[in-house]
Amino acid sequence: MSRRWILRGAVPVLAALLALGLTASDASSSLVLALQEVSEVAEPIETPDYWSLLFVFTLSTFIGLGVIRRVSRLLHTPLMSITNAISAIAVVGSIIVAGSDYPTEIRVMGAIALFASMTNIVAGFLITDRMLKMFKTAERKSP
Amino acid sequence: MSFSVTPSILSFSYLVATVLFIFSLHWMNDPKTARRAVLAGSAAMAVAVLSTWGQEVVVHHLWIVLAIIAGFVVGVPLSMVPMTAVPQRTALSHAFGGIAAGLVGTAKYYLWLGEGPEQLTKFRMVAILIEIILGYLTFTGSLLAAGKLQEVKWVPQRPVTYVGQNIVNLGLLLAAVAIGVFLVFFPAAVMAPKLFLVIIALSLIFGVLLVIPIGGADMPTVIAILNAYAGLSAVAMGFVLDNKLLITAGALDGSSGLILSIIMCKAMNRSFTNVLFGAFGQIQQVKEGGDEEQVYKPETIEGAGHVLEQSQLVVIVPGYGMAVAQAQHKVRELYDHLTKLGITVKFAIHPVAGRMPGHMNVLLAEAEIPYSDLVEMEDINADMPQCDVALVVGANDVVNPAARYDETSPIYGMPIIAADKARTVFAIKRSKNPGFSGIDNELYFSDRTWMLFGDAKHVLGELVKQLSGGSGMH
Repeated sequence: MSRRWILRGAVPVLAALLALGLTASDASSSLVLALQEVSEVAEPIETPDYWSLLFVFTLSTFIGLGVIRRVSRLLHTPLMSITNAISAIAVVGSIIVAGSDYPTEIRVMGAIALFASMTNIVAGFLITDRMLKMFKTAERKSP
Repeated sequence: MSFSVTPSILSFSYLVATVLFIFSLHWMNDPKTARRAVLAGSAAMAVAVLSTWGQEVVVHHLWIVLAIIAGFVVGVPLSMVPMTAVPQRTALSHAFGGIAAGLVGTAKYYLWLGEGPEQLTKFRMVAILIEIILGYLTFTGSLLAAGKLQEVKWVPQRPVTYVGQNIVNLGLLLAAVAIGVFLVFFPAAVMAPKLFLVIIALSLIFGVLLVIPIGGADMPTVIAILNAYAGLSAVAMGFVLDNKLLITAGALDGSSGLILSIIMCKAMNRSFTNVLFGAFGQIQQVKEGGDEEQVYKPETIEGAGHVLEQSQLVVIVPGYGMAVAQAQHKVRELYDHLTKLGITVKFAIHPVAGRMPGHMNVLLAEAEIPYSDLVEMEDINADMPQCDVALVVGANDVVNPAARYDETSPIYGMPIIAADKARTVFAIKRSKNPGFSGIDNELYFSDRTWMLFGDAKHVLGELVKQLSGGSGMH
C-alpha cells in the first residue's frame, strides 16, 4: 500500500533531514568558532537543547500520526476544526511577546498574534462542539 | 501579582496540557466520545494560557486582556457560521494561525537583533526563517482559499494559470531561500533587517501564487495542505522559543494535516505535486461531437416513487450540488418516509464529497440523519450490486464510470462510488448541460439510469409527496 508507505516514510525522512541540518549547523558553527578568535567575552546565551527539541518533535509526530489515523472519516471536518484550535497554542508564544518588558513595536506584534490565536481557540472549540452535537445515533428511527 | 508561576510549575502545566491534547485527539476516533475531546482540548488550552500568563516575565497585562477579549468578540460569531460555510471558516483560521506564527517570528528576530547579534544563533535563525516563511505563505494562501470558497466577487474562482507559472513560483521560492541562507550566516549585517522584510514580502506573494492556480475541485486537498503548514509553523515557533508544548501541539496539527492531505489525494488519484502544480480545471479536452448522439431517459416522479416503494435497499449518493440546492432537509424527509416503509436507506459518502474532508457527513448530520447510515465509499461499494435503487443527488464526478477505464478522462483512476452497479439509478439533475467540471457523465446514459430533471429540493419534495400517497398531504 503506497499510502502506508508514505505515512511511514514521511516522518523518518523529515527527522533525518532535520538531524542532518542540525549536525551540519553544529559542524559549521564549531568551524566558525575555531576560525574566529574569541576576542570578546560575550555574556553566555542560554542555548536550548536542540536535540531534545528534535526528539520531542519526532516522537509527537509519530503519536499524532498514530492517533489521527484512527479518527473516523465521519469526523474529519470536526477533526480539522479541533486541530486548528489546538495549533492555536501559538497563543503561548504570543502572550510572552505581548506581555514581557519589550519595546512597544515588538509587543504590538505579539498582541496581534495573541488576538489571532485567541480567535482560533474560541471559534475552533465552539464550532467543533456545535458540529459534534449534530452527530446522533439512530434512536429516533425506532417507532 | 503576588503569585508567579515558577519554571517547574510551568513545565508541569505544559506536560498536563500535552497529555490532554493527545487524549483530545484520541477521543475524536468515535462520535460517542468526541464531545469529550472538546472538553479536554479546551481544558488543556486554559492550563497552557494561565500558566504562561502567570510567569514573572509577563509584566504588561492590559494588552493581553484586550487581545483576549477581542479574540472572543471575533471568535464567537465565527463559530456560528452555517455548515456550508465551514470550509471557508477553516481556511480563515489557517490564515489566523499563519499570521500569528509569522508575527511572533518577526518580533523575535527584531528583538534579538536589538539585544545583540550574538543572540541570533544559526539555529535560531533557521527556525525563525522556517517559521516566518511558512507562517506568511499560509496567511495569504489561506485567505485566498477562503475567498475562493466564499465566492468573493473579486477573487477568481477558476484556476488562474499562465505560461511559466511554475518557473516563476520556483524562482520566487529560490530567491527567498537564498536570502534566507545569507541571513543565517550574517543575521546582523547592515542590510539584514531590510532583507528580512524582503523575505516576508516574498512569502506573502508566494502564498498567493501557490493557491491562485488551484480550482474548486482541489479545494479539499489544499485546505488539508494549508492545515499541515499551519501546524508546522507552530512547530517552528516552538524551536524558536525553546518551547516543547508548542512543538508537540504543532506536530499533532501538522500530522493531522498530512494524513488528511494524503487521504484527499488518494481519493482523487493525484499526487501532492500534481495538485499544487497541475491546475486541475484547466485540462479540459473538447469532446468531438461526431460520435453518436447520447440521449437521456427521463422519468416521472410517479414512476420513480413506485420503484422506490418496491425497493429493499436504497443508496443515496449526495454531492455538493445537494448542499447548493439546500436540499439536505428534503433528503432527510425522503429518508424518513422510506425507512418507515421498512426500506433500508444508506448514504454513500465519497471522501471528496463536499468542500473539505468530511464535509458531507457534517451536512447530513445537520439534517439529523443518523451517522450510522453514512457509509464510506469503500464499504458501500461491496453492497452496490444488491442495491435496488441508487439515487444520485447533486453528485457527478464521483459516480462517473469513465474514471475506471477512460484514460483520456481528467478523472481517470479516481476511485468512484459504484452507482452503476445498482439495479436502477435515478439521477437528479438541474439541466441537460454537463456538470461544473465540464466532463460528460456516462452513468446518465446507461441502460439502468433514469433522469429526474429539476431543482434537487423541488424534485425531492415531489418524491416525498408522492410517497406519502396523497393521504399524507400537509
